[in-house]
Amino acid sequence: MVEVQPLIFTDRGRQLDFHHATPTENQVWQLLELVPDPELPMVSVVDLGIVRSAELQPANSTQEQQWLVQVTPTYSGCPATDFIASEVHHTLKRAGVPNRVETVLAPAWCSSWMTPKGRTALKDAGIAPPLDDITTLACPQCDSRNVALLNQFGSTACKALYRCNNCLEPFDYFKTI
Amino acid sequence: MSDCYATQGHDSLNQYILHLADNPLVLGQRLCELCTHAPILEEETALMNTSLDLFGQARNWLDYAVARNPQLGDCDALAMGRDERHFLNLLLCEQGNGNFADTMARQYLFDVWHRLTLQALCLSQDSQIAAIAAKSIKEVDYHEQRSRNWVIRLGDGTQQSHDYMQSAINELWSYSDELFVQGDDELQLVAQGIAANQSSIEVQWRATVSQTMAEATLTLPTDCFQKFGGKQGEHSEPFGLMLAEMQSLYRAHPGAVW
Repeated sequence: MVEVQPLIFTDRGRQLDFHHATPTENQVWQLLELVPDPELPMVSVVDLGIVRSAELQPANSTQEQQWLVQVTPTYSGCPATDFIASEVHHTLKRAGVPNRVETVLAPAWCSSWMTPKGRTALKDAGIAPPLDDITTLACPQCDSRNVALLNQFGSTACKALYRCNNCLEPFDYFKTI
Repeated sequence: MSDCYATQGHDSLNQYILHLADNPLVLGQRLCELCTHAPILEEETALMNTSLDLFGQARNWLDYAVARNPQLGDCDALAMGRDERHFLNLLLCEQGNGNFADTMARQYLFDVWHRLTLQALCLSQDSQIAAIAAKSIKEVDYHEQRSRNWVIRLGDGTQQSHDYMQSAINELWSYSDELFVQGDDELQLVAQGIAANQSSIEVQWRATVSQTMAEATLTLPTDCFQKFGGKQGEHSEPFGLMLAEMQSLYRAHPGAVW
């Protein structure tokens, strides 16, 4: 489990040093796992499925060798999109990994790209992870299926608000898209 | 379509992209005006989330217009730097919020059109148009579920809510024919497989809306005077006021960033 770090954290990425070496793709993904989603800091951008690819581009006449990292927004209007792209860029840069971050729209992000680790982290934080079949939705606190939809549009674009009729706690549900 | 803006470096495809951008941009701004004014807290977050989705979609379209023609500057310059006559949105999107029934009726009539148009655009020969449409449609599905529910709930609710919703539909019906009007330039893009064919969308839209109206115990107006012009940059009077508010910060401090 990736340790949750503060959102503004200028040392993120300094744990690994590639100023004089080229990292493997696995090592680049390790670095990317250090970047949290700013609105759901318990999950990394990798676990959310926001980072689509990391690829080493060889040097050419106009630029030195660098990593091309592709990210995709969860929702078109997600206000965190620019912040995430900037955090990804700077985390790699601090570790000495030259990179360019590119935002891609196709294929459109879907909630099934979330990793099992990401889903568990959401549930542990009291947010029900996305489901293919909404009738199986259970309260993340007490696991009761006796829940009611309060609002299809919750505290952020990606979440709906539910209430558990068993423990009476309201909870967020990460919507399936 | 009039070429009032074509002289400023827009080919017909960019005009079409601006039309696709201006619909969510203008409706998003209208919804924004309701911030802190919604009848209940849940509706507040729903209205603002819808607005946010629409702004995000508008930004994707505007970014694409700029990518095709970098002389346009950036998406902010297009959203905040254009004058009223250069906006190519449907008149429906710019209508005032009115009461809650007016807001939800406007949303529903637009959402159905929006979903059908985006569905068609998912198959566009232009891959970036298809990508933006595929991204947007997932969000618009949620918008339509909600606005449809409200039209039915108010229409088939109390006598008072029914009357409010019926009068909202009667008022907004004047802007329904414009949804399906396509000029020569746009029809050429349809022939090339790039733009959505509104004549087939019109059939589906009328069938879907009629079914919802029946469920909501509402009647569709007949012989309704129809208004046109939004897609040619000819807007209704309140639109200028909306734009003045939306653009005031950008125009007072050009180039300002956070």
